[in-house]
Amino acid sequence: MSQLIFELSQHGRVAKAQQPRPSSQKLTLPAHLLRQDEPNLPEVSELQAVRHYTNLSRRNFSIDTQFYPLGSCTMKYNPRGVHKLAMLEGFLHHHPLSLDMNSQGFMACAYELQEMLKTVTGMKGVSLTPMAGAQGEFAGVAMIRAYHESRGDTARDEILVPDAAHGTNPASAVQCGYKVREIPTGPDGNVDIEALRAAVGPNTAGIMLTNPSTLGVFEQKIQEIAAIIHKAGGLLYYDGANLNAILGKVRPGDMGFNVMHINLHKTFATPHGGGGPGGGPVAACERLAPFLPTPIVIKNENHYRWSTEKDFPHTIGRLSAFMGNAGIILRAYMYARLLGPEGMQRVAEFATLNANYLLARLKKAGFTPAYPTRRASHEFIITLKTEAKELNISALDVAKRLLDYSVHAPTMYFPLLVPECLLIEPTETETKEVLDHFAEILIKILQEAKENPDLLHNAPYSLPVRRLDEVKAARELDLTFTKNTGPDTA
Amino acid sequence: MNAIPKNLKYSKSHEWIRQDEDVITVGITDHAQCMLGELVYVELPEPESSLELGQECAVVESVKAAADVYCPISGEVVEINEAILENPQLVNDDPYGKGWLFRIRPFENDFKQLLNAEQYTKQVASEAH
Repeated sequence: MSQLIFELSQHGRVAKAQQPRPSSQKLTLPAHLLRQDEPNLPEVSELQAVRHYTNLSRRNFSIDTQFYPLGSCTMKYNPRGVHKLAMLEGFLHHHPLSLDMNSQGFMACAYELQEMLKTVTGMKGVSLTPMAGAQGEFAGVAMIRAYHESRGDTARDEILVPDAAHGTNPASAVQCGYKVREIPTGPDGNVDIEALRAAVGPNTAGIMLTNPSTLGVFEQKIQEIAAIIHKAGGLLYYDGANLNAILGKVRPGDMGFNVMHINLHKTFATPHGGGGPGGGPVAACERLAPFLPTPIVIKNENHYRWSTEKDFPHTIGRLSAFMGNAGIILRAYMYARLLGPEGMQRVAEFATLNANYLLARLKKAGFTPAYPTRRASHEFIITLKTEAKELNISALDVAKRLLDYSVHAPTMYFPLLVPECLLIEPTETETKEVLDHFAEILIKILQEAKENPDLLHNAPYSLPVRRLDEVKAARELDLTFTKNTGPDTA
Repeated sequence: MNAIPKNLKYSKSHEWIRQDEDVITVGITDHAQCMLGELVYVELPEPESSLELGQECAVVESVKAAADVYCPISGEVVEINEAILENPQLVNDDPYGKGWLFRIRPFENDFKQLLNAEQYTKQVASEAH
């Protein structure tokens, strides 16, 4: 392991050129709020700082360096042309407190993005303010709650969630004060309709669904589900995590959903995870649109302005300062504009084609799909249950070994209901050669498992750190560096 | 094959139940701990709280997954196993012994919903599709 930047620190060393100029303004904070001692910051030269972080960045596994088939995360390429446009001087140096009359360019982009998202989702209103998928979910469920309460319909205290759902779904429901009831999945990967019927009742506020589901299959009975929920007075929430599979092809609004979020950092190719802040716009049908979080860009003739609480008296309120992550909104807008309606359909077509091609290749090579009778959506699951039993290797071992072959591991052990699973999502931005290469690596790893399972048990070999003790890390979590004792481990 | 002791009762959601006079002890089965892998965190119900049948009442978390424990019978919590809060590994090492979760005084002696060892064995087998 390399040293921490704190360990490089020498007292009194400074990078003067990078220091902020002392302000001429006098601090007006009360004396008791001012700190007495100096903060414990690393004291290094400019070159030391540059070298330290450049070396760390070279250890990144990222979409720019490696294939990254992380299921349900849609790790697609972030087009450079989009970055270039979003980094035009006028956008880059624009201050969020500028007056509306000086922000018309950015507001036009945000307004157009709102309109485009309405079109692709089949919804009536969009708010761009949520800063991530989970915040979009929170907004959507809060809107469901606000809707029921606005009608005096306060007995509804339960949200239904299929057992294959993303963990954020039940978490969002609980955050909004709901009880969660889990609905089982049938052997074909669809929601168990009979169990759903039995669970739905006068206390059902709604259901949260991802379609295609996290099992990598399209929920075929979605219309029947929508009818059951709506008949009981409940609402349908669409988790947009897997929107890439149906972009421009199927609209959640047409499937009967009432409110949803869209992950700009997935479907609309903005940087993802540690690579950049997220964006989780929320879209709603006519009944729920009045409750959307503010602000929203409103267009009057050729003038754009931010909405206020007066425009949306029923709004659930603000979720972020200003309007979400402005740079992400710009990138998503440029991406959508460059694709156009036809390009968006091609995204869905190639995302599903790539997944199905890879699934077919792996199936032929002897891997077991979790749902062999189903066509994949944009992602699919293979289960290593048999291999685990016969060869004594786990999905974790395969995932770790993949790293040695310079491929990021797929999502593993999720969804929870499939044992020893890998959830693989290649996305539309990979070539056939990359998919073939990945399939060959997996086949090779399976061969290694047959010949020498210990090779997998001890992987990875080629990374800065070997197999980490995840159990110890979770049980004895220690992220604190203290000046006196230093880090616990070398 | 995971152990499924004959003298216990089971729920479909992989809890085991042992009846000792007027108090029952609840834990998760050997099969459940095996599916989860090494536990890193356990959350237990508040002592003296009232639980309803089917209510989420505890959480067991491994590096792979966090799973809810559902209350297999309505009643009042009379004791929780504090040892596993400190050392979740006990649930993995001894799920039917030192790894018990909590004790409950049932509101009524209604065990109809529960499975016997034979029925639970069948259920585990049928889940392994």
